[in-house]
Amino acid sequence: MTMHRTFIALALAASLGAVGAAQAQEHAAPKPPAQKWSFAGPFGNFDQAQLQRGFKIYKEVCSSCHSMSLVSFRNLAEPGGPGFSEAQVEALASEYKIADLDDKGQPIERPGRPADTFPAPFPNAAAAAAANGVAPPDFSTLAKARTYERGFPWFVFDIFSQYQEQGPDYIHAILTGYEEAPKGFTVPAGGHYNKYFPGHVIAMPPPLTDGQVTYDDGSPQTLEQYSHDVAAFMVWASEPHMVQRKRIGFQVMIFLIVLTGLLYFTKKKVWSAVH
Amino acid sequence: MTTVPSAEHTRRDFLYIATGSVAAVGAAATLVPLITQMNPDASTIAAGAPIEVDLAPVADGQIIKVFWRSKPIFIFHRTQKEIDEAKNVDVATLPDPESDAQRTKPGHEPWLVVIGICTHLGCIPIAHEGEYHGWFCPCHGSQYDTAGRIRKGPAPKNLVLPPYQFVSDTRIRIG
Amino acid sequence: MSGHSTYQPQNAFLQWFEKRLPIGGLIHSSFVAYPTPKNLNYWWTFGGILSFMLGVQIITGIVLAMHYTPHVDLAFKSVEGIMRDVNYGWLLRYLHSNGASMFFIAVYIHIFRGMYYGSYKEPREVLWILGVIIYLLMMATGFLGYTLPWGQMSFWGATVITNFFSAIPGVGEAIVTWLWGGYAVGNPTLNRFYSLHYLLPFVIAGVVVLHVWALHVAGQNNPAGIEPKSDKDTVPFTPYATVKDGFFIAVFCIIFAWFVFYTPNFLGHADNYIPANPAVTPQHIVPEWYYLPFYAILRAIPNKLLGVCALFGSILILAFLPWLDTSKVRSARYRPLFRQFFWLFFAVCIGLGYLGAMPAEGIYVTIARVLTFYYFAHFIIVLPLLGIFEKTKPLPNSISESVLSKA
Repeated sequence: MTMHRTFIALALAASLGAVGAAQAQEHAAPKPPAQKWSFAGPFGNFDQAQLQRGFKIYKEVCSSCHSMSLVSFRNLAEPGGPGFSEAQVEALASEYKIADLDDKGQPIERPGRPADTFPAPFPNAAAAAAANGVAPPDFSTLAKARTYERGFPWFVFDIFSQYQEQGPDYIHAILTGYEEAPKGFTVPAGGHYNKYFPGHVIAMPPPLTDGQVTYDDGSPQTLEQYSHDVAAFMVWASEPHMVQRKRIGFQVMIFLIVLTGLLYFTKKKVWSAVH
Repeated sequence: MTTVPSAEHTRRDFLYIATGSVAAVGAAATLVPLITQMNPDASTIAAGAPIEVDLAPVADGQIIKVFWRSKPIFIFHRTQKEIDEAKNVDVATLPDPESDAQRTKPGHEPWLVVIGICTHLGCIPIAHEGEYHGWFCPCHGSQYDTAGRIRKGPAPKNLVLPPYQFVSDTRIRIG
Repeated sequence: MSGHSTYQPQNAFLQWFEKRLPIGGLIHSSFVAYPTPKNLNYWWTFGGILSFMLGVQIITGIVLAMHYTPHVDLAFKSVEGIMRDVNYGWLLRYLHSNGASMFFIAVYIHIFRGMYYGSYKEPREVLWILGVIIYLLMMATGFLGYTLPWGQMSFWGATVITNFFSAIPGVGEAIVTWLWGGYAVGNPTLNRFYSLHYLLPFVIAGVVVLHVWALHVAGQNNPAGIEPKSDKDTVPFTPYATVKDGFFIAVFCIIFAWFVFYTPNFLGHADNYIPANPAVTPQHIVPEWYYLPFYAILRAIPNKLLGVCALFGSILILAFLPWLDTSKVRSARYRPLFRQFFWLFFAVCIGLGYLGAMPAEGIYVTIARVLTFYYFAHFIIVLPLLGIFEKTKPLPNSISESVLSKA
C-alpha cells in the first residue's frame, strides 16, 4: 500500500508540477488581497450594520447606474439580511416609482411596494450601454459572478478552508484599485486605469471617494470602509439565505457524523462473525 | 455462560435500533424541504399583500371585480331595493343561515364584498343573474342572492367574505 | 435475478401475491440472499453510492422542475427565484448542482476501481460496456443540465459542445442547425435540452437495471480477482453488503453536505452567475470539472475533426477495454507492472483534467499532447503488451485463503 501511495504522490507531483511551472509564465493582474469578512467560514454571519451601510452606498451611489433587478424591497426585512423592519421597508419602497398600468391600461408610475423588485436605472441593456459605454452589470448575482484565478494548489486548499470570498475580495480590490496608469501604459478614451481589473482598463469611473456617503453609526467614512460595506452588501444580495444555509449545514453535519458513527459500529457488529 | 451472550445480544439490539431510529429521523427531516417547497414561495406570499380599492367610481347597482391573491373579489354597490331584498328573508330558511348584517360592515350597508368563487366547485358566478338577482353560476346552476348567500343549487355555502375593512367611506383595504 | 430463491412469505396475502407476481422472490434473491464475495473492500461501495446519487438527482430534479421555466428570458430568473423565494429552494438547487459533481466523483472512483481490479474481464464484458453506456448518458445529462440556468457558461458551453457536430464532413452544419432548432443556440435549444435533461435520468435508471442484472448474472468481482469457489467465500448481500454500503453512503454524504452547505459554488463556475449574453463570449471558457480531461484531449489536437474524434474516441475506447487488456490475471494486486502503469494512467487523467482548465496556449498544449498520447497509448500499446510480457504474482487458491494470508 505504501508503495502505491508514494507512486500516486510522485505521479501527481510530476504531472501537476509540470503544469504548475507553466503557469508561472502567465502574468495577469495582481491577485486581490484577501480581506476579513464576518460572513466567511462555517459559522460566518452577516454584520447587519455593515449590510445597512452597504445598502446606503448602493442606494446613494451605485444604483444610479447599476440595477439589482432580482432583489425585492421585502428581502431587506427578511431574516439573515440587513435587518430592516417591515415598516422601514414599506417606507423605503414607497420612495421608488414603479412602472405599472392603471385600470384603463394606461402606463403610470405608482409608489413601490415591498413585493416590488428594485427598479433599474435604465429601461434596458441597450439603453444602459448607450449611456455608459458598457452596460453596468446587474448587482443581484455580481458577488458570485466575479472571481479571480486561485491557481494550484490554492484551489485545493479552498475546499478545506472554505475560502470562497473571491467575489467580495475582487469587488473591494476594484473599488480601491484605481491609480495613475504606469508610464508607457496608454488608457483609451472612456477607460480608467485599475490595478486589479483584468487588462487594467475599466469603463467604470472611480465610483467612491472618502467622505462621499454619510454614515449614521460613526463608522469611518473612508473609501476602504465603503468598499468593504458595499461588497458585503453585494454578497448578501447574491446569496440572501447564506446564514440559514450555514446554520442548517452545521445541524446536518452533526447529524451525519452521529449516523456515520452508528453505522460504523453496526457494520462492525454485523461483520464480526465473518473471517 | 448464558449471561454473556444475552448481554451481548441486548447491546447489539440496542445498536441496531439506535442506528435505524437515527436513519429514520434523517429520512423524515429530508422530507421537510421536499414537501414545503410546494407551498407558496416568498414572492407569491409578498404579492398577496393587502390591496386598497377606491369605491368612489362604483355606481349604484354596479358590481366591479378586482383581484386579490389571484382570486376575483366582487364589490357590489347595492341599491336600496337590493338591500331590502337581502334583508326581507327569513334567515332560518336559508341553506347557510346568515343575516345581511353579518355579510356587510355596519354603516356601510350598500357595500357587499365577496370572493367571487362559487362555493360548489370554484367557478365564477355571473352577476345580476338568476332568480335572486345576485349571482348565477353557469357551471352547475347555483344561485346567490343580493347578499351573496346561496339560495338554490348544489353549492353548500354562501359566497365567502374576504378579510377587509373600510379605511375611509369610499376606500376599502382587502387582506 | 440469479441464484435460487428460498423466499417463502409467511403472510397469506403475500403468498397469494407471490404466486401471481414473484417480485418478493426477485428482490429477495437480488438484494437479500445474493452472495457477495466476503473480501470486498470499501471501493466496492461506490455502486451503492451511485444508486443513491441517481435517486438524489432524480428527486431533487423533479422538485426543481416544478419551479423552473425553460425560456431564454425566464430561465436565469426562475433559477434565481428558486434560490431566493422557493421554500428551501437554495438547498434543493445546491443539492442538485453539487449532486451532479458528487455523482461524477463517485462514477470516476467506480470506473478506476473496475480498471484496477480488472472487473471488465471475462465474463463481465457486457456489465462493463453497460457501465460505459451509463457513463456516456451521465455526461449527456450533465451537459444538458448545465445549460438550463442559462448563464454565460450554460450558453457558451452549449454553443461549443453542439459545435462538435459541425466537424462532421458534409452534413455537420445541417446537424448542428437541427440540434439547435435555429441558426444559433436559442429558445428552441433550451426547450429541447430541458426535455431531454428530464428524460435521460430515467434512461440511465433503465440501463442501471440492466447493469445490475448483468452484475448479478456474473457475480461481483473482488480484490483478489478470483471467482468464489464455495459458500465460505461469500456472505449474503443483506445484511453484510447493505450495512457496509449504508455506512459508506453516510461517509459520502458528509463530503456531499460539506460542498452543499459550506462551499456550494466551489465546483461551479462564477461566469454562470452572469445571465447568458449571445453577444459576448466569456474570456476563458471551460466545461464543468468532470469533462476537463476530455476537453484537454480535444484542444490538444490541432485539427477540428480529429480533435472531436479523439474526444469521443477517448471515451469509446473504454468499451474495448475487455479485449485490449490481454492479461489473464484480473486484479492489479497480482500484477506489479500493471499497477505502476495504472497509477501513471490515473495521474495522466488528473493532469489532463488540470490542463483542461488552463488556457490552451504555450507549454500547456505541449504537455496536453504528451498526456493525450499516453492516454491512448495506455489502452492501445501498454495494456495489450503487458498481458504478454508481465510476470504476474501467484494467485491465491480461494478468496478465503487470500483473506487469511493478509490477516
